[in-house]
Amino acid sequence: MYSEKVMDHFSNPRNVGEIENADGVGEVGNASCGDIMKIFLKVEGNVIKDIKFKTFGCGAAIATSSMVTEMAIGKTLDEALELTNAAVAEALDGLPAQKMHCSNLAADALHEAIKNYKETHSA
Amino acid sequence: MKRIYMDNNATTAVRPEVLDAMLPFYREQFGNPSSVHWAGRAVSGAVEKAREQVAKLINCSPAEIVFVSCGSEGDNMALKGTVDALRDKGDHVITTTVEHPAVLETCKALEKQGVRVTYLPVDHNGMLNLAELEAAITDKTILISVMWANNETGNLYPIEEIGAIARKYKVRFHTDAVQAVGKVPVDVQKANVDLLVISGHKLGAPKGVGAIYIRRGTRLTPFMHGGHQERNRRAGTHNVAGIVGLGVACELSGAHLHVEAARIRALRDRLEQGILERVPEIKLNGHPDPNLRLPNTLNVSFAYIEGESLLLNFDMKGIAASSGSACTSGSLEPSHVMGAMCVDVVLAHSSTRFSLGIDNTEEDVDYVLEILPPIVQRLREMSPLYNRAEPLSCKECQVIRKVL
Repeated sequence: MYSEKVMDHFSNPRNVGEIENADGVGEVGNASCGDIMKIFLKVEGNVIKDIKFKTFGCGAAIATSSMVTEMAIGKTLDEALELTNAAVAEALDGLPAQKMHCSNLAADALHEAIKNYKETHSA
Repeated sequence: MKRIYMDNNATTAVRPEVLDAMLPFYREQFGNPSSVHWAGRAVSGAVEKAREQVAKLINCSPAEIVFVSCGSEGDNMALKGTVDALRDKGDHVITTTVEHPAVLETCKALEKQGVRVTYLPVDHNGMLNLAELEAAITDKTILISVMWANNETGNLYPIEEIGAIARKYKVRFHTDAVQAVGKVPVDVQKANVDLLVISGHKLGAPKGVGAIYIRRGTRLTPFMHGGHQERNRRAGTHNVAGIVGLGVACELSGAHLHVEAARIRALRDRLEQGILERVPEIKLNGHPDPNLRLPNTLNVSFAYIEGESLLLNFDMKGIAASSGSACTSGSLEPSHVMGAMCVDVVLAHSSTRFSLGIDNTEEDVDYVLEILPPIVQRLREMSPLYNRAEPLSCKECQVIRKVL
């Protein structure tokens, strides 16, 4: 059902955890669908220096969370805002059709975290 | 890697004795039992022998057994056939919110044709209130349909008491006994059941064969029209090998029922106690009294984590179980059974079913008990719901959902 890349990120997820005193935190999802993703950011000079995630969800939810952290780290905030859920899925060699809707929210969580950073660090 | 199969409520392995009995009917004994010649005569006796074996297991007459292709066909036949045959008597059916989709979806289809259906709720243990059942009966009620045992929780319903109520009000009584037959004693006379459905692959026979018990004198419109097989009650050339397999599986189940059920029950209890002792913050789904559940079934929710992730981790360790999470049901909602029991939606997503079978051993249970706690802990530490201080942002997370 899942690609090898999905299973790799699911069984060895990258960047799991929380960042204390994170510069930005974003959370998306819906418990009734069974997926909640939370992203923590450390930002230095407009660049994502560190990123961690916590996810409640299925294999696809955990794998996309892990993948988005790998894709975002080292990027500027503007570059990271251009990452899409579709790009994350593609980087994992695709997701099963029924997972595209409910479990593919990792880029949204990243965008929420960046939005939160911008709101708390404006001026 | 070890391979441990604990998903016997989904399907069972075909028993070797069953397969051995079946094979000749794919080879030299290939005839059609409806034929008069030597090839047909050679196999018609085998079909009738299987009918006796099935009948014996549930204590009915062989003439009251009709072979079908699966449990779903049997349930469709019972419900649709009753509604059609008793159209002049009424248009009301009573069932429960926790039935298998084979019954629930058939009821929904019947509602579209104007049939009125009462879906009885269950309490948080998944049990029915029989006073509510009795109160739901009207002079237009033509059928009560209550499963013998629930496939997800293993809950056993008080079929004898429901049978007595059905008899008192002269309402026909159907039970989907797919999960019960072969696991617990099933006696259609004692339970006063009129229609009862069996599925072969749940008790060591192959997929693609089942049976329906139709009490003598029960008017039922055929579901499958065509030839004169099964005394005009079910058309279609007999699945001879499958039917022979079902017969042998029923005979084996009957012969070893008490011994095997006790052995499997002990394994299930060991698993249940072991998980309850080793893993904090879990919820047992189903009746807390293990005597009121199938001896082989354990359903438990692990707070803060999601079922599919858990199953994938089990699978990587060779353990096969199943889950009520949306991700494994193929829909966006978790199990309707958990919903009907008002299990919190997050817990419903982590509901995990272990259904043991004749091949499981104490070693298997101990292996699961060794593997499970670290997997749960690892997923919890990954979950934003675990050790969470702030409230959840989405409203749905806090409400306890009701389905239907």
